[in-house]
Amino acid sequence: MSGIIEYGMFTLCLIGIFGILTLGLNIQWGLTGLFNIGVTAFAAVGAYTSGILTAPPSDAHLGGFGMPLLVGIAGAIIVSGILALCVGLITLNLRADYLAIASIGIAEIVRLFLKTEGWLTGGVRGMEIGRPFEGWLGGNFTLNYLIFTILVVAVLYVLLEIARRAPWGRVLRSIRENEDSTMAAGKSVLAFRLQAFVLGSCVMGLGGAMYAHFFGFVSPEAFRPMIFTFLVWVMLIAGGSGNNKGALVGAFVIWLIWSGSEFMTGMLPADLSTRAGSVRILLVGLLLEIILVTRPEGLLSEAGERKRQIARERRRAGEEG
Amino acid sequence: MAEFLQLTIYGIVAGSIFSLGAIGLSLVYGILRFPHFAHGDLITLGAYFTLVPVSILGAPPELSFFFGVGATMLVAVAVDQILYRRLRKVAPVILLISSVGVALILRSLVQLIWGPGNQYYSQGIEMPWRLAGVNVKPDHLLIVAGAVVLVVLLHLFLQKTKTGKAMRAMSDNADLAQVTGIEVNKVIIWTWVIGGGMAAAAGVFLGIDTRLHPVMGWRLLLPVFAAAILGGIGRPYGAIVGGLIIGLAQEYSTAFLSPPYKPAVAFALMVIMLIFKPTGLLAGRKA
Repeated sequence: MSGIIEYGMFTLCLIGIFGILTLGLNIQWGLTGLFNIGVTAFAAVGAYTSGILTAPPSDAHLGGFGMPLLVGIAGAIIVSGILALCVGLITLNLRADYLAIASIGIAEIVRLFLKTEGWLTGGVRGMEIGRPFEGWLGGNFTLNYLIFTILVVAVLYVLLEIARRAPWGRVLRSIRENEDSTMAAGKSVLAFRLQAFVLGSCVMGLGGAMYAHFFGFVSPEAFRPMIFTFLVWVMLIAGGSGNNKGALVGAFVIWLIWSGSEFMTGMLPADLSTRAGSVRILLVGLLLEIILVTRPEGLLSEAGERKRQIARERRRAGEEG
Repeated sequence: MAEFLQLTIYGIVAGSIFSLGAIGLSLVYGILRFPHFAHGDLITLGAYFTLVPVSILGAPPELSFFFGVGATMLVAVAVDQILYRRLRKVAPVILLISSVGVALILRSLVQLIWGPGNQYYSQGIEMPWRLAGVNVKPDHLLIVAGAVVLVVLLHLFLQKTKTGKAMRAMSDNADLAQVTGIEVNKVIIWTWVIGGGMAAAAGVFLGIDTRLHPVMGWRLLLPVFAAAILGGIGRPYGAIVGGLIIGLAQEYSTAFLSPPYKPAVAFALMVIMLIFKPTGLLAGRKA
């Protein structure tokens, strides 16, 4: 029984962490229409920054500053933000698909950097960073981390909802819908895009740091672009982009499907089970295509709900009249 | 000097492979208006399809090449007709996301069927010829010659056939081309036949030069995009020039930069191009 509870808490932690990443992507793609397929890069930079700041001293890599967790997380947010600022300044005034192409470039370069610069990151062997909250609340790490994750997600969600409803969020959505008319209204499209891109990447850095501390270990292998970037994308699109609640629902549903597929592939015969990873990615890819063709606006789409409601009312009015 | 020549040879070989990949990418981008992120995985697929007759019948890779190219063309057209065609009416960016999904699907299929490890067309080491202190492998000549033949065939197709002309017209100005009564779907199918075939050829050549691996094509995507942008989107001839420039620049950079950072060179060139001349060398579509 306690095993099941432990597993449930473990799953919820990961859902929370992926929820954070999906919220970050929602600022960029959902609200502003910025196509970033370098989610992994920003998460990895956050993870390594926080790791270097908080890890105990080591000869294998830079760091060992032994800073508190919150300092590490703040560092993660700042460094991811700086990286995003540099990328954004170069690419954001170009056409949307060029940002997409540039973002694979960033992801690839960050991956190579983390692998090659062993003095900084420990190279392919990765970095041992220890886990926080060791002795708190009876010493159950997963429970403590779950409480922490829930707190972070809740605060982040409230802040992002406020930002989305504020004039600032409305400008972002109007840029997504019609860039020219936003410009005609006197808004600096480039400045708003840059803010959204940097803020979203900061949130991804936060998510990456949370991920690193959850496992107490970071390595380039943990940030494989396929798993990270694409799970987050599928989560956002399935949940309903543009909608923070949808982002969290998407993270929940897709993570359950993703970890459920682990059980399914676990039942495959032994010679196939070594290839289980590719079966799972295949399933997620197919799921993405099915969503795009049949339900492109996702599970929770406010616009879709409203449209259906208007149509229903019109039909009723038609019957009466 | 010998080192410079050696890097030039490696650069031309790599550049030929990039050019073949970039031709298809540029045509698809020009005609269908979206960056096709699964193009790298078409490259992978071409390499692995070619492996089938090699490993089952023991056929030489030079002959199996035709099988691999044909099969990849079929897959490219099938993906378009089954999936992309349904999404064409919505925003191009949805096609972009969808192509990322296709990339995932193709790669995991390759991993499922052929396994995640390295594969080779032939075992054993090929002895290079030594000319004036420079190593040249016979395979390198084969790759460059193959690329030249394919480019000449493409040139004849684009200049002499009605479909080729229609394709160039679509890529130049799709609206104007449609007004003159071009059959859009036919041109699109031909675009995939050519793009898929060229990508498959790039994959086979890369496989001959190095080895086969499920992410071989994905790793090529960045330099190939860089080549397409450098040459100008929708410009097949620009893509060839762009591919060679990227190939040479990446190899020359190893003289003073750690080799893992080769993709960074492609990226830097692409960014510089986008900042100073977003239409590319041969004035393709504007950003």
